[in-house]
Amino acid sequence: MKICITSQGSTLDALAEERFGRAPFFIIVDTETGSFEALENQFAGGSGGVGPKAAQLIIAHEVKALVSGMVGGNAHDVLQAAGIQLFAYHANGTVRDALERFNKKTLDRIQ
Amino acid sequence: MKIAIASGKGGTGKTMVAANLAFTLSQTCQVTLVDCDVEEPNLHLFFPAPATVADVNVAVPVINETTCDRCGICGEFCQYGAITVLASRVLFFPELCHSCGGCTLVCPKSAIHEVPKRIGTVTFATPLPRLNLVTGYLDAGNPHAVPVIRAAKKAAENDNLVICDASPGTSCPVVETLDGCDACILVTESTPFGMHDLELAVDVAERLGIPAGIVINRSDGQDQATLDFCTNHGLEVIMTIPFDRGIAAIQSRGDLLCRVRPEWLKAFSALYGKCCALAGVD
Repeated sequence: MKICITSQGSTLDALAEERFGRAPFFIIVDTETGSFEALENQFAGGSGGVGPKAAQLIIAHEVKALVSGMVGGNAHDVLQAAGIQLFAYHANGTVRDALERFNKKTLDRIQ
Repeated sequence: MKIAIASGKGGTGKTMVAANLAFTLSQTCQVTLVDCDVEEPNLHLFFPAPATVADVNVAVPVINETTCDRCGICGEFCQYGAITVLASRVLFFPELCHSCGGCTLVCPKSAIHEVPKRIGTVTFATPLPRLNLVTGYLDAGNPHAVPVIRAAKKAAENDNLVICDASPGTSCPVVETLDGCDACILVTESTPFGMHDLELAVDVAERLGIPAGIVINRSDGQDQATLDFCTNHGLEVIMTIPFDRGIAAIQSRGDLLCRVRPEWLKAFSALYGKCCALAGVD
């Protein structure tokens, strides 16, 4: 299964990012193989509408779950309509830490 | 002659200057005052009069989900993130839509048409024999002030002498207000905040190519930093209004400085003369 973790950098050791739409990077991880790719968020500095745009980007990568801090209302609507599960990570740690907690199923769902 | 009144910082006295300039000009000629601060218009407080009302509408898309085959071209085209195309349905966020109409043009299935959506009103009043007041009102909760400002300015487009009172700030609403004006009055105060925002406002006027003059309001006589800034930027201080409790009292009860103290009529006439000189008009 592919999941997306919002990140401040392009590696698993980068800090996880609290914001979804304005996250500098999206780390797309394949939870079966552990392989990942980093997508730079071209919408991060946009003036508006960044949430739905970012949501479209991760939908296009066939992600099934998102791990982030805060997801705005419009992005939330898009992600829910696309059937992507949302998980909250607020521990201020790395992407790797967020991934481990996701795999251990200790992250709370964002409703 | 179209004059915009802007400031950068809020609360410096834009509306006070606009109201008194319009009042002064209306003593001798026909003038239209346009309140472009559509999120909080308040010129009507100084010029109470019965008004007629017209709606301001923008076009928003409606997607025919039967004709639509979810190709996604509209969602890719929309620069504002207002349309998201999923495999099974299309999501539209009206508050993100800028009414550009692009989605209707790019749709290969002609599945999108536009319908009007009300975002505000423009009102028209004649509070004094030679003064028309046009006021733009943005409906509460609506994020797009620019179309309402555009509609208010359009209502005055055939008038010879127009004064546009801008909102504070230096973003899209102020740019829309300044656009097409012959001269711009920037009202400031001699405080660090006034100076900071004046620099931003001067930059906007320069980029738009609109000649600007500076009005220092609530001057306590210690305006050296502002005067130095103006000298360095080749800007003229075209009026100084003193810090005066009596002036504040007149303003606070919704009256006009030039009506209560007619000696100010001369000063505001001179201000208009300076604006004409800035614009290169006789």
